[in-house]
Amino acid sequence: MTALRYVYAVCRPFRSALQAQLAGVAGAPPKQLTHHGLVAVVSTVPEADFAEEPLRAHLEDLDWLTATARAHQQVIDALTAVTTPLPLRLATVFRDDSGVRSMMEAREEDFRRVLDRLEGRVEWGVKVYAEPESAERETADPAATGRAGAEALSGRDYLRRRRTQTRAREDMWQKVAAFAGRLHEKLSAFAEDSRLHAPQNAALSGASGQNVLNAAYLVPRADSEEFVELVDREKDDAPGIRVELTGPWAAYSFTAEFAEEEPEVGP
Amino acid sequence: MTMSSRLPEPYGQGSGANLADILERVLDKGIVIAGDIRINLLDIELLTIKLRLIVASVDKAKEMGIDWWEDDPALSSGARRNELARENAELRERLAQLEPVRGQEEAP
Repeated sequence: MTALRYVYAVCRPFRSALQAQLAGVAGAPPKQLTHHGLVAVVSTVPEADFAEEPLRAHLEDLDWLTATARAHQQVIDALTAVTTPLPLRLATVFRDDSGVRSMMEAREEDFRRVLDRLEGRVEWGVKVYAEPESAERETADPAATGRAGAEALSGRDYLRRRRTQTRAREDMWQKVAAFAGRLHEKLSAFAEDSRLHAPQNAALSGASGQNVLNAAYLVPRADSEEFVELVDREKDDAPGIRVELTGPWAAYSFTAEFAEEEPEVGP
Repeated sequence: MTMSSRLPEPYGQGSGANLADILERVLDKGIVIAGDIRINLLDIELLTIKLRLIVASVDKAKEMGIDWWEDDPALSSGARRNELARENAELRERLAQLEPVRGQEEAP
């Protein structure tokens, strides 16, 4: 059975050891492949799963994708603890070590340039959720929302109540949107860079409420504690608004300046 | 290297990390390098995962009247163009259905 090389990240040489128990996407431990003073972090993966055809099929399988994405992220996390990795997109696979080396050589300048920019920086994720139900529970008049009285309502009362509820909901959304805007402004001013991502689907994230802000901030490691405190301070205790902080992540959202095109024309 | 000691404890990560957070990053962000195994992740992820991840939440949010991120063409233009095209096709079809009926009614 032939083994392929799965590449997680490229970074500068680092002295700290990775966790001994760390396993890569197919169970094999990640190892360092040093070339021209840069390190590619790779692990071997079976061709039966990672050749083009099986890989394509696997990627459509959400369970396989989930396990692989988590394993990939675990390696990136371990690297983020000891150095500044440039995370590669999921499923970057080569035939052998020499394939990885030629890629590193071809992209050496790009890697060095982006590493210089991201060195010592991490990414923090901040999401704002609107939770209309919790806000309604806390602010609504219990008599007005009681289900028991619903039958006794006249059509006109019913419509009036619906209108009031709709208006309250709209006010709440505006409030949440305004809060998210202000928060993003403050955090962007503190961070070196920021990116807005599409809101997340609650079905997949399992989070309660509706995601209205999904942003990433590039922050020097040394300022991270302060950034976390800033997020804590800006959190609004108002009902219906929830702020969620994730990180530190490798600077995933800030690698876009890395040239997308290969230097030579591919097949 | 001592810099890791300055990092606060991780928030919301580890085994319980939100799947959407992880997929969003490992599939959609990070450096794109064409390996020896050529898979256009964009084809796959845009058609399946991304649709589930993003379109569903956009629809839900629109229902609720939230659309302020839609100025970002990367997040919405494709979906909206498709929607418009679909609506146009539907309208044209309905028009085509209605017109012959009218013609028949007026004929006698």
